[in-house]
Amino acid sequence: MGGFASDTFLAALLFGAVTAAIPLLLAGLGEQMSEKAGVLNIGIEGMMITGAYLGFVSAYYSGSFWLGFLTGAAGGVAVAALMALLCVRIGLNQIVIGIALTLGLEGLTALLHHFQFSRSYPRLPAAEVTPIPLLADIPVLGSALFRHHLIVYLAVAMVVVMIWVYRRTQFGINLQAAGDKPAALDVAGIDVIRTRTAAVLFTGGMAGLGGAYLANVGAGLFIPFITNGAGFLGIVLAMLARGQPVWVLVGALVFGGCLSMTTAAQVAGVNIPTDVIQMLPFLAVMAMLVLFGRRASLPAALGIPYERGAR
Amino acid sequence: MSGEAVHVRAAPLDASAGQASRRDLGRRLLITLGPILISLALAGCVLLAVGVDPLAYYGFVVERGLLSPLGLQQTLTRMAPLLFIAAGLIVAFRAGMWNLGGDGQFLLGAVAAAATAPLLVQSLPGWLALLVAFLIATVVVVIWSLVPALLRAYQGVNEIITTLMMSFLGVSLANVLVKLVFLDPGTTVPQTRTLPVGDRLPRLFETTITSGLVFGLAAIVIVHLVMTRTAFGLKLRTVGANPRAAVHAGLNVPLLTVVVFAISAGLIGMGGAIDIIGIHGNVRADWNPAYGLAVIPVVFLARMNGFAAIGFVFLLSVLSIGGESAARRLGVPQHFTLVLVSIVLITLAIAEYLDHRFNQVRRT
Repeated sequence: MGGFASDTFLAALLFGAVTAAIPLLLAGLGEQMSEKAGVLNIGIEGMMITGAYLGFVSAYYSGSFWLGFLTGAAGGVAVAALMALLCVRIGLNQIVIGIALTLGLEGLTALLHHFQFSRSYPRLPAAEVTPIPLLADIPVLGSALFRHHLIVYLAVAMVVVMIWVYRRTQFGINLQAAGDKPAALDVAGIDVIRTRTAAVLFTGGMAGLGGAYLANVGAGLFIPFITNGAGFLGIVLAMLARGQPVWVLVGALVFGGCLSMTTAAQVAGVNIPTDVIQMLPFLAVMAMLVLFGRRASLPAALGIPYERGAR
Repeated sequence: MSGEAVHVRAAPLDASAGQASRRDLGRRLLITLGPILISLALAGCVLLAVGVDPLAYYGFVVERGLLSPLGLQQTLTRMAPLLFIAAGLIVAFRAGMWNLGGDGQFLLGAVAAAATAPLLVQSLPGWLALLVAFLIATVVVVIWSLVPALLRAYQGVNEIITTLMMSFLGVSLANVLVKLVFLDPGTTVPQTRTLPVGDRLPRLFETTITSGLVFGLAAIVIVHLVMTRTAFGLKLRTVGANPRAAVHAGLNVPLLTVVVFAISAGLIGMGGAIDIIGIHGNVRADWNPAYGLAVIPVVFLARMNGFAAIGFVFLLSVLSIGGESAARRLGVPQHFTLVLVSIVLITLAIAEYLDHRFNQVRRT
């Protein structure tokens, strides 16, 4: 059991933390935009599982990871388009539709998987990594943080992009208004429905991409219900981050660390049953919610469909 | 912002009118049955896509879940736990609270009953042992529900998230309890001690239907009457419709929140207990029927009306029992039921919207 302190073990632990954090980061950033615009997107779990399934199928048959990511994101967008149509445009209950989409897509992907892969359980080859010059040679940290698939760096870069969008662009300000006082945005001559639709579609793309990463790079295969609440964790991250993309990144790394530690503990041969280990990330979430939940700030009009002229 | 977390209203689908005229009733039937037929067709396309004949599948499900005597008895037995869950969800949703933690609550109730009942029957008379096990299970789940309830009531933490997270925790915890704490030393299969068939809830008349069905029906009818006909129910619905107005009306909203969670989770826990002391007798490791989430659509389809929910729970049971047979015989996994239920929910919501629009247009 002396493996805990060794450099390679530590590097593997950190590497795992980043790998586990990326889907949460993507889902959290996506959900954040929806919530900012006033749409509580419970369907994100369904968007992620769709992204995971389509991403895997496409990468498996084409042999290209990038095509997999693209298809996964497109799948997420497609589900989001349905969600936007039902919840933003015609104003159906966001939670009911969100649950329906999540359940239905979990069922559908499991069904399709059963007929396609349940006999063979094919795996993808390990994803190729892009080491960052110089940084990748730092002992321990180099192999843990700077030897990942290119998409990982892009995901982290998205944090900066989101900060820029929210602070410096008109669209970012529109989003904020769509969530806090949609009527005011409408009076200013900007279409609330269109703003919210854009936000939901973005969420779908990010969630689908996150799902594709989870299946293709994280696991290397698709199994039914593989997302196992990752989308819901994304919602928690968005809630706790209070509109700040940086905090989504921090939160994702914390939960990713938890997830990575659970696998590491098993690899190191710590004798704890899997079920106890599976509880850890969710315990961490509950602890965070108990400690910081009070300060979680959400837009005023979250969850309320906008209807022009309604009081 | 702290005290005023999102109040995503559960009310819009509420059925307020009890005085529906005959024509209204016909319209209701049309906008309920129409979408169900459309959904069956859409889900049939999914079956076609995976190379299964939808007519054969549906025929098989109806035959196994509804027409064969044994299947019908199984269907009615399956209704017992589902009715408790539906009753629990109706309380929460009518009070405007999203208890999405049904799976965890159900399993913890089941494990608590399975842990206690086989030991209690050795020392107490049969019916008393079952009653005590049932109550213990309920109390365990009520305590479990305090975490999201207190967070929502006094910290304003959104219960959608906390109950979902607690559900993942509850499912894992139930497994841990089965594998480590309440493991039956007598078998090699990881499961709890088994309640002997003779000590379980009696069956109805000469059938295999559990008497748990009667309790389930009683629970949902009582819930319906309490929510619609009593002052207490009105208080809860006021909280659901407008929490701020409820405060001004002098209601103790935080306390009512905790009470709603306790009743809702308690009823779902009772569902788990009934499933064990009435039907299964033990909990096997990794057993999770995931009834909790599957019943949520049912409750919305019934527009949170207890009597309508009984009908929809029956339909879900037919699908579920028939689907299990079909999984064995036709090789279509159970997941298909999930797909069908969610398509029904979406088409029904759309139908309701179109109906609403149609009425608006006609009025102007």
